[in-house]
Amino acid sequence: MSAPDQKTFRFGDLRRIVGGSGRQFGILGALIAIVIFFQVLTGGKTLDPINLLNLVNGNAYVLILAIGMVLVIIAGHIDLSVGSVAAFAGIIVAISVNQWHWPWPFALLLGLGVGAVVGAWQGFWVAYVGVPAFIVTLAGMLIFRGANQFVGNSTSVSLPASDSFAFIGSGYLPDPAWGVQLNLSTVILGILAIGGVVAREVLLRRRGRRMGADAGPLWVAVVRAALLIAVISGATYLFAKGPLGTSFPIAGLILVVLVLGYSFLANRTIIGRHIYAVGGNWRAAELSGVRIRRVNFFVMMNMSVIAAFAGEMWVARAAASGPGDGIGWELDAIAAVFIGGAAVSGGIGTIVGSVVGGLVIAVLNNGLSLLGVSSDRVQIIKGLVLLVAVGVDVYSKSRGRPSIIARLQRRALAPTAEVSPPDTVAHDKGSDS
Amino acid sequence: MTTDAAGAAPAPILEMRRISKEFPGVKALSDVSISVGPGQIHAVAGENGAGKSTLMKVLSGVYPYGTYQGDIVYRGQLQRFRNVGSSEAVGIVTIHQEFALIPELSITENIFLGSELTRAGVIDWDEENRRASELLALVGLNEDPQTQIKHLGVGKQQLVEIARALHKDVQLLILDEPTATLNGTDSQHLLELILGLKERGVSSIIISHKLNEIEQIADSITILRDGHAIETLNVKAHEVDEDRIIRGMVGRSLQSRFPDRTPRIGEVFFEVRDWTVRHPQAPERLVCKSESFSIRRGEIVGLAGLMGAGRTELAMSVFGRSYGSYVSGQIFIDGREVVLNSVSDAIAHGIAYVSEDRTTLGLNLLDDIKESVVSAKLRKVARAGVVDEAQERRAAEGYRSGLRIKAPSVDEGVRQLSGGNQQKVVLAKWMFTDPQLLILDEPTRGIDVGAKFEIYGIIQRLAAQGSGVLLISSELPELLGICDRIYTIFEGRITADLPVSQADPETLMRSITTTQRAQQTAHQTAQKKTQQKAPTR
Repeated sequence: MSAPDQKTFRFGDLRRIVGGSGRQFGILGALIAIVIFFQVLTGGKTLDPINLLNLVNGNAYVLILAIGMVLVIIAGHIDLSVGSVAAFAGIIVAISVNQWHWPWPFALLLGLGVGAVVGAWQGFWVAYVGVPAFIVTLAGMLIFRGANQFVGNSTSVSLPASDSFAFIGSGYLPDPAWGVQLNLSTVILGILAIGGVVAREVLLRRRGRRMGADAGPLWVAVVRAALLIAVISGATYLFAKGPLGTSFPIAGLILVVLVLGYSFLANRTIIGRHIYAVGGNWRAAELSGVRIRRVNFFVMMNMSVIAAFAGEMWVARAAASGPGDGIGWELDAIAAVFIGGAAVSGGIGTIVGSVVGGLVIAVLNNGLSLLGVSSDRVQIIKGLVLLVAVGVDVYSKSRGRPSIIARLQRRALAPTAEVSPPDTVAHDKGSDS
Repeated sequence: MTTDAAGAAPAPILEMRRISKEFPGVKALSDVSISVGPGQIHAVAGENGAGKSTLMKVLSGVYPYGTYQGDIVYRGQLQRFRNVGSSEAVGIVTIHQEFALIPELSITENIFLGSELTRAGVIDWDEENRRASELLALVGLNEDPQTQIKHLGVGKQQLVEIARALHKDVQLLILDEPTATLNGTDSQHLLELILGLKERGVSSIIISHKLNEIEQIADSITILRDGHAIETLNVKAHEVDEDRIIRGMVGRSLQSRFPDRTPRIGEVFFEVRDWTVRHPQAPERLVCKSESFSIRRGEIVGLAGLMGAGRTELAMSVFGRSYGSYVSGQIFIDGREVVLNSVSDAIAHGIAYVSEDRTTLGLNLLDDIKESVVSAKLRKVARAGVVDEAQERRAAEGYRSGLRIKAPSVDEGVRQLSGGNQQKVVLAKWMFTDPQLLILDEPTRGIDVGAKFEIYGIIQRLAAQGSGVLLISSELPELLGICDRIYTIFEGRITADLPVSQADPETLMRSITTTQRAQQTAHQTAQKKTQQKAPTR
């Protein structure tokens, strides 16, 4: 056990500031670099309060989709249907408010219920019939896009403008406005967040010491907390000094709550462990007593419920639901997850990483459009960013892991095993090799 | 060593001289020489791990020139095979235990795969089908050459493999346990075909455990043990008898490779009655036929058998029907019948199964040690569905020191560990489930001697605590070294149930290579030998 009172400085300790994972270190660094880059290039427009509000409100739904998507991808699947499912749930919510005059909380629940039913349908095919999720959700993409247009007669359904439903898409916290320049609720939120950060560090160290784990040098914890506090204070200030009547957006608050909740689910609960286990090696998971069908059913169903919720946020913000809603959302969410360090083969990925990956795309979109770059070029740049981000990840992994080097060495010993005609392929499971 | 056996014939077609091959930490072959005369059938026998397959892989170029020491002289010329293609080019063709045919393609397409007959760059189907028919007639397979491979049984697939080899103008055919997966009739047909090829001047090297087959077709036999060629015998000159082969294969000392132990054996607590299991891929085949066995508390019971004998399917079908679908039979724990429909049922009833292949079935290589250790019973360290990381770490830490897993901390990824330490993590994972019955499937395969010793110690400690252990192994010394009682299994039948005091390598080898039920003692050897001259079944 390495000593907690380590005195000397090690470069590797820098990584521990973000929790020890090289991947997350890289992607967080990239986000900060991109923000600084655009802040300089746009002459300060990127971190302008109004732009930040747009950034959060305009991207919260994709980031929320990324939360569900990373669980699906960790379990070794994919979901192409999220955009269509969001649109389908959205149109039903819009109709229930507009035509049936349901109160919005019921409409909201109805939408989530639609998501749950759709998710159960897709989960059934994936988990119990065994059709690959790629196929099931490709079908779902068509089915629920069509369902949206069938239900809505291929037209838009608008919501009454005054409806308080809008707050989940573009709402703000109340401001008591005691004659202060800053938005008070935002400030209070910021203070709570800072308190949470400090409490977390203290708890982590105390528990680490009790368990005899290597908690790392104290300065790491201090620097980590200080950095987080600086970021939170800065954000709090920027959001609080926005135009009158604005605060940290409610959509952003929902996102933060979901990130915290799902991170807890993924890291600390049995179901979370089981999701990673199924994606990492489903055979071993099955032989360890994990009910892999239930796990697969859960991730697929959860994804559709989240997609339905994202659809509701979109409808709330746009005050209308149309036949073209949600087109391409699945690709944004999947890109966010992979930029955030998840593995295509499953078993690897984090909620926070995926949301940071989604923020990279969001800032890129936003910054490029502030610079007046046309959307054709924005797409090219986004595609390249995805490729480079994952390429760097794959490259560094293939260099760093001893196991892969070992595998290469084994291949070097038997180079014919891969190029020879099939009847001569070496069988490693021969009786006495 | 010299080979006087085939020496009477003219210049040998193949000589492998003083072949040595090393893998990291293991010397798989040392100074092995064999020689095969033209039109001769040469058998290679040896236990699992003796180096038979390695020797054949050296010969076929899977391990290319330069990765081994020694010379391969084929038809009077020194050969330096770079890959399998270059050995096939001179007529050396290997037929593996698991076939390399493509199930969705036809017989013709498979035979000519990679060497298609073309006219102006387009495949000449008529010519291919015509030639395929000829080849099939030659191997005695009466099938339409356009039949897809997936519609053929194992025996017929093997004949297609041989037809394919003939198409390549084979001079030296290497067969790796060709009858391991065949039934009696198919085996007999195959052996006759090999003899027929011999008439046509094709030499063969056949790896086989089945002694009656060796006696039936081989001209000479080389016995390997621990990477050394023990002796080469002339079969036709009646130098060979079964006891001599067995002695050559297993004759090594057992002392001090196993920790000392005084068994304390209690009552029978686990009983399986009339258990029948289907093959997981081929449901028409039964891999276990109405067999019964039982295990006592504190007892280490061995299950000896060759690969493919049905050992794994039997064990895994008991473990919540996880593999090999069970057909009928009953399980009793402490006299009460239990129904185990899933792995979680089995774990809940105190059964643990350490799988044969730790990296594909036993571990999630993305996990670290602590996550792996608790993964089969997360509930034990969780409250209301939330994992208590402090408890998890404490539990894993206990096993790390208790089993002496060599790692700086329990945060180390299991991928980074050596094979022996990975196996200890797997053992820890199952010990953590508090098993009453621990089933171990080849627990020491591919790990070094020191780690083996420690793993034997762990198994013995578990037994001393009152658990029952079922140890599946094809290493006879291992079974004899640590078991109290040994079942042998051959082609899905339990052929013997021997207290270790009455078991010896010869008896066991006989029981795992023949269908007949061995007698409880080794006295009737003479009688049995005459019986085994007849083809099995």
